[in-house]
Amino acid sequence: MEQLTADHVHVHHIDPVEEYEQSKFGMWLFLGTEILLFGGLFATYAIFRAKYPEMFHLDHLKLDWELGALNTIILIGSSMTMAIGVTASKKGNNKLLIIMLAITIICGLVFGFNKYLEYTAKFAHHIYPDTSIFFSLYFMMTGLHMLHVFIGLIVLLIIMILAIKGRYSASYNTHVEVGGLYWHLIDLIWIYLFPLLYLIG
Amino acid sequence: MNWVPEAASSFAGKVDGVLWFVTVLSIVFFILITVLLIYFSFKYKRKTENDYTPYITGNQTLEIIWTVIPSILLFVIFAYGLIVYKEMRTPPGDAVEVNVTAKQWIWIFKYQNGKSTINELFVQHNRPVKMVMRADDVLHSFFVPAFRVKQDLVPGMYTQLWFNPTKIGTYDLFCAEYCGTGHSQMLAKVYVMSPEAFSRWEKGDEEETTTFASTKSPEELGKDMYSKNGCAACHSIDGSAGVGPTFKALYGKNESLQDGTTIEVDENYLRESILIPQAKVVQGFAPSMPSFKGILTDEEIDALIAYIKSLK
Amino acid sequence: MATGTAATISEPSFLEYKSGFRSWFYTTDHKRIGILYLVSISIFFIIAGSIAIVMRAELFTPESNIVSPHTYNVLFTLHGSLMVFFFIVPGISASLGNFLIPLMIGARDVAFPKLNLGSYWLYLIGAAILLFALLEPADTGWTFYTPYSAKTNTNVILLTLGIFVLGFSSILTGLNFIVTIHKMRAPGMTWHRLPLFIWALYSTAILQLLATPVVGITLLLLIAERTLGIGFFDPDKGGDPVLFQNFFWFYSHPAVYIMIIPAMGVISEILPVFSRKPIFGYKAIAYSSVAIAIISFFVWAHHLFVAGISETAAIIFSFLTFLVAVPTAIKVFNWLATLYKGSIQFHSAMLYALSFLFLFTVGGLTGLHVGALAADIHLHDTYFVVAHMHYVMIGGTVMGFFGALHFWYPKWFGKMLDDTLGKIAWFFVFIGFNVTFFPQFFLGVQGMPRRYATYLPEFESLMKLSTIGSWILAIGMIIMAYNLIKSLYSGEKAPDNPYNSLSLEWQTSSPPILENFKEIPVVTDWSYGYGKKG
Repeated sequence: MEQLTADHVHVHHIDPVEEYEQSKFGMWLFLGTEILLFGGLFATYAIFRAKYPEMFHLDHLKLDWELGALNTIILIGSSMTMAIGVTASKKGNNKLLIIMLAITIICGLVFGFNKYLEYTAKFAHHIYPDTSIFFSLYFMMTGLHMLHVFIGLIVLLIIMILAIKGRYSASYNTHVEVGGLYWHLIDLIWIYLFPLLYLIG
Repeated sequence: MNWVPEAASSFAGKVDGVLWFVTVLSIVFFILITVLLIYFSFKYKRKTENDYTPYITGNQTLEIIWTVIPSILLFVIFAYGLIVYKEMRTPPGDAVEVNVTAKQWIWIFKYQNGKSTINELFVQHNRPVKMVMRADDVLHSFFVPAFRVKQDLVPGMYTQLWFNPTKIGTYDLFCAEYCGTGHSQMLAKVYVMSPEAFSRWEKGDEEETTTFASTKSPEELGKDMYSKNGCAACHSIDGSAGVGPTFKALYGKNESLQDGTTIEVDENYLRESILIPQAKVVQGFAPSMPSFKGILTDEEIDALIAYIKSLK
Repeated sequence: MATGTAATISEPSFLEYKSGFRSWFYTTDHKRIGILYLVSISIFFIIAGSIAIVMRAELFTPESNIVSPHTYNVLFTLHGSLMVFFFIVPGISASLGNFLIPLMIGARDVAFPKLNLGSYWLYLIGAAILLFALLEPADTGWTFYTPYSAKTNTNVILLTLGIFVLGFSSILTGLNFIVTIHKMRAPGMTWHRLPLFIWALYSTAILQLLATPVVGITLLLLIAERTLGIGFFDPDKGGDPVLFQNFFWFYSHPAVYIMIIPAMGVISEILPVFSRKPIFGYKAIAYSSVAIAIISFFVWAHHLFVAGISETAAIIFSFLTFLVAVPTAIKVFNWLATLYKGSIQFHSAMLYALSFLFLFTVGGLTGLHVGALAADIHLHDTYFVVAHMHYVMIGGTVMGFFGALHFWYPKWFGKMLDDTLGKIAWFFVFIGFNVTFFPQFFLGVQGMPRRYATYLPEFESLMKLSTIGSWILAIGMIIMAYNLIKSLYSGEKAPDNPYNSLSLEWQTSSPPILENFKEIPVVTDWSYGYGKKG
């Protein structure tokens, strides 16, 4: 344990190993709650799909599965670059980390842009969240996911700035690893959303 | 005072049986726990600062006992509750159907012979009835304490319950699921009638048995109609604001309508508003009133108008 | 028992080391954050309690005479929402939990002190949103059942948004506690030496983490239903109104245990200290908390027996409901056995602990009535449920909370409470509570539905009795509040360990120093080693 300093400064656990362990554990717990948050929507999806198989079939045909597939590839790719970045950071390769973070962020932005194209195309065809239960689900699920992408992008941006400032080294890269976990979750959720909405609807 | 309400359906006694069983069991445990609690508290009250206390951390036998015994008793309660529940949920094949529609804040009952009533349910003594129910707007719940029945009414789906009334009399029907401002006024009466009285009512020989007595003046009759048809849930008679306009000093008043025009409240407007409520809605109020077409007779509408006119 | 404790600490306490607005609202000290929560939840408790007094006054007569039916509906909505989401859920866990977890496990703070402060700020944001919501308050009841909540033209969105933000706060607090308990125990503080209060908060935190996201998404869907016009709960658009109830109770039933389990933990701490006896059946109590936490996820539909669910579902959920009663019963017997052959001191904290046992037993046993299918059909949505719920929530949680306040007050503020005044307040609270709520069991059996602004004359005498009880209860609360505030100024200085407790938090100064312990203690035994061995 650290020593108490004489002027009673409130010192917390500086031990990086301990902090790393705690942060990672905390992030895993948080990811669990995120999955439960989406779990509510997945349950809704299952209930209404069982109730209205026809509607789900007809409505899903109106989705642009090619654009969705492209987005899936982009997001999986970004997850990969993120993983490379984390490994690089662990080895102390800060430069590679920054490059990988930049690519990841660009992928995220492209994903968001595609989503924007998709939404506007839907609106142009007068398809809105209240058009049908299927589209309610489509907009809620992809919208909530998009919100997570935005938050993820902000997190990654902050990490990149800190990386440029040289805050991370082989012995300290908690943020990178924890932020990476969050980005993988965003990717993981999309991997479920894509087939459920675009392919088997 | 008897702690359970009058039991007036075939399974009310059985529900009371479950209630009694759980209550007696609860009282036994409650007394056991309370007596021990008080006994220990005084027997082992601190005498000196250095009282001897033994180092007891547990006792496996005891702990097994008080895990197993409650478990068994709990299972018995579950099973007993289940058996009676099964009966409550299984209507006999010969049950007469009544269609129930609930909306803010009235009950509408439609019978197989085409009759329909508002806030009054007529059933025959010792004849099982099955309520086929739906809600028009929000959730409601059909609750007759004397019959020990309750079932939510849900928009977009039919729910049902049944009972066999075993005592002639009048019973309260409550809405038990919160449904908005008029929730606590969404009350109705259940009339359990002898077979003879019921068939007279069914044939309509005797006008509504309880309502139409020609000795009453139109205003008195209108007052009866006012309280029986659920008008009170929305329209006050003391000038206070409700879901709909107050009846006090309504007659002769100039009301502004939603389309911007004004209208003087006369007999024709009142009649139209009772039969086609959405035709001319007063500004500031939602078009939520149900139509009373086919529910109120012309004489009853006359009486109601007479009553409104009397509220100066 | 722990070694390495510091009886003669001359450093300033956490209360004194710094003062000023910033030193409080930017503090990352778990003890100060605990106080912030304590003050906040107390404010909401007073508001929601005052609302209850107005409601009871309105119900003194069958007609509406103090407030209109619409206002009454708004009042019970606010009373329920504030009490549940702003007081009881964060209550013991966020205020006492924050203060006590690091102290009891021998740590200097929680695992993520900044996140802890962030949780409190989220709580404040939620509270601020709520204040805006009060401008045009919702009238849906705290359960927000659709389709009414989707249709009413009162401001449902702001209230649910406020609760949504609180949910975040609750999740982050739970997460913080779990990591703290896992990773930051002092050397020698094994799982089986953990105080039972910590076990209770650990179970609670699991519930917070697992259940809260679901209510979060549910409220989000309700907001989307009102703004975007999606129709998951709207029958006109092909949705299912009962789905909302399923989602809502999937959170809110576990939430009942989020509210009660911490109080159970408090009782497990108070009883041994004032009986000078080890807690009876430590492992049974510890594991039954975890068992309750798990089983509580599979009982939600017992709120829906008459809502239109299938018979099979009703039967399964009734069965599971009785299952959750078993670990609860085990706890009650264990607490009773702890008193056996003890040396019982009637401290005011102990009086609350003993009343918890008494009142919670009533609340638990009447839970059997509403768990039994046939009886529930009759009792559902009547005053019986209102009484049952208040016996569990006030008789259980609030009694535990009051007990905890009286018990840990010297440690927290360094002052002794006036014990005589504490006992007088307890007397009024105990009598007032029973007079208010016991008649409601009879009202419910008689068929009085809940959430009624007006009622039939036949219920009047019991209703009047209940209202009179609410006045007695209020008197008790006022005396208690007076005692708690007065003692801050004029209370005797508290010794470090006034009750000779063996638990770690009592082994440091009162109030504790900023870093809790001069040196991190080394734990060699559990904290319930009272009495003579052999």
